[in-house]
Amino acid sequence: MSSISLRQIKKSFGALTILHSVDMEIDKGEFIVILGPSGCGKSTLLNVIAGLDACDEGQIVIEGKDVSGLEPSERGLAMVFQSYALFPAMTVRRNLSFGMEIAGTPKATVVEKVAWVAKLLQIEALLDRKPAQLSGGQRQRVAIGRALVRSSSICLFDEPLSNLDAKLRAETRVELKQLHETLGSTMIYVTHDQIEAMTMADRVAVMHKGKVEQFAHPQSIYEKPASLFVAGFVGSPAMNFIDGRLDGSGRFLTGDIAIGTDAYAFEERQPSGEIVLGIRCEDVTVVDRGAPESIPASLAFTELLGADALGWFDCLGKRLSVRLGIKAARSMRKEVGLRFDMSKASLFSRASERRL
Amino acid sequence: MSTWLKRQGFKPDITVAAFFAVVAIFFYGSILWTFYMSLTRSTLIPKYEIVGFDQYFDLFTNQRWLVSCLNMVIFGVFYMVGTLAFGTLLAVLADRRIKAESFFRTIFLYPLAVSLIITGLSWRWLLDPTTGLQALIRGIGWETFTFDWLTRPDRAIYTLVIAGIWHSAGLVMVIVLAGLRGIDNDLWKAIRMEGIPLWRAYCQVIFPGMRPVIASCVVLLMSEVIRGYDLIIAMTKGGPGISTEMPAKFAVDFYFARVNLGLASAASIMMLALSLIMLMPYFYSEFRRRS
Ligand SMILES: Nc1ncnc2c1ncn2[C@@H]1O[C@H](COP(=O)(O)OP(=O)(O)OP(=O)(O)O)[C@@H](O)[C@H]1O
Ligand SMILES: [Mg+2]
Repeated sequence: MSSISLRQIKKSFGALTILHSVDMEIDKGEFIVILGPSGCGKSTLLNVIAGLDACDEGQIVIEGKDVSGLEPSERGLAMVFQSYALFPAMTVRRNLSFGMEIAGTPKATVVEKVAWVAKLLQIEALLDRKPAQLSGGQRQRVAIGRALVRSSSICLFDEPLSNLDAKLRAETRVELKQLHETLGSTMIYVTHDQIEAMTMADRVAVMHKGKVEQFAHPQSIYEKPASLFVAGFVGSPAMNFIDGRLDGSGRFLTGDIAIGTDAYAFEERQPSGEIVLGIRCEDVTVVDRGAPESIPASLAFTELLGADALGWFDCLGKRLSVRLGIKAARSMRKEVGLRFDMSKASLFSRASERRL
Repeated sequence: MSTWLKRQGFKPDITVAAFFAVVAIFFYGSILWTFYMSLTRSTLIPKYEIVGFDQYFDLFTNQRWLVSCLNMVIFGVFYMVGTLAFGTLLAVLADRRIKAESFFRTIFLYPLAVSLIITGLSWRWLLDPTTGLQALIRGIGWETFTFDWLTRPDRAIYTLVIAGIWHSAGLVMVIVLAGLRGIDNDLWKAIRMEGIPLWRAYCQVIFPGMRPVIASCVVLLMSEVIRGYDLIIAMTKGGPGISTEMPAKFAVDFYFARVNLGLASAASIMMLALSLIMLMPYFYSEFRRRS
């Protein structure tokens, strides 16, 4: 049974439609990341799930129950906010216990739960401090703690790490993932940071302009992006794109170059017409100029990244990135050829921008 | 140009120094002079022979001064609690986005633009049993209706409270409203997620988190209480009898009507001391927060 299902959720603010018919089925215990650029409607979607915003159309079913009409506190969810939203005048202990107090939980249970969560998140030493006396990372722990003591099986996160510095973010990311494994609760996590998405998620929903473009395992999002947007958004450096055409015999034509697509697994039969070829930097190899199945290119510059390097080549009027070994990067000639691994490439229709 | 400016770097100091000199002479200088006068037996004309704290003894055996102080406490407590409560309530209503918010905000802010003299005169007219509310309601037909607080020595002080609240509630409303508008939207979302009832959210989460804002209101209202003069002059002139006398009016009366410079100065210094004592908790909490 799925933990949460969203059925054709629509939401507009005035004339502006923010969510266009979002559908999602989320299984129990999954860690779902909603990834997308700023303003694509991620927070709005999360607020709709939580009940903080009412949706205009559609249905939200949580554990088999339609909760579309329920108040946020009645949906059995917990939520962690980007700005922590701790109760400013209360101590950490009271921040944790206040919600339970409101809900009429027995005193003994409250004490027990606060102790449990304080131990779990290692905030025992902070219990008697006020939020203003905590660092950003500590506040975030308290905010997570406040969500956990609600003991709901579903937890929502809205960019919880974006106010932390890079090192702390990396640490907290790992801890959150471990927490998910310990607790086994369903988590929905909103971010615009693709590293968080790739490392934490069981499945990633990539959103763009109020639509879910792809909802899949992070690796398949990386390897088989379902649309041009996903391909360009996920991965660093961004995927290389080359415009061209597909001829009747299944060859990709661009300028006076033709590349065979026999190795490519098309999702539909016999496509043709204007297409875009996308290839990741690690799926391009540098060969001698004029080698078979290669495209002439000239080196613009190289970037050393420590473990490996990136070569930037001018090719077919575009600048393409190629991942290189450090040694190869140092001794790279200027005039070379590039060969694409077509089994790992992605082809998109220019018109629909979907994967072919 | 810029090097010239750098060489002239002391100029701002001079400008500010002039300002400080003005403050020092006219503000602290006046305070010192008043304190000096309070130690003399000056009447109409300053006398410079110091007699010690005689004027202060006189002051605290003066029935009118003691009544003034008591009145100030009564007025202060009711006025401050009432204004804070009413102003905050208005701010909350405005923040909950009741319909026609800007209309109400204007209505409640207008009294602030009206001088206290006009406020006092209007309320005197309204509360005067022979011309105002009581006469009006009796005119409609409720012959036994009585609202004569303005003319009753034991109640007149509360008419000042009513007029004062009417005058200042708008100020508290805008200050608290500004504070409420500054509340992070995520905090409200968290409150809704926890299912906290609205009144508890305000009383236990929102207002405790707005302590500096509330403290500013308290300080503003307190200074209003201590220097309260115009409203009394316009509404009751201290009467009936001496039932609505207050320290500021006492000082002014003794400076000008009764030409007792020494006693009036002693009263002024006592008011200053009182202000400092009342502000102490505020400064203390500010200081503690800094360090
Ligand atoms: N209350 C509102 N009224 C009108 N428009 C809104 C409102 N809230 C959000 N929007 C609009 O909805 C769009 C999506 O907002 P949302 O907050 O969901 O973006 P987001 O994906 O969370 O972005 P970010 O990564 O910056 O947080 C934005 O264009 C925003 O301007
Ligand atoms: Mg957002």
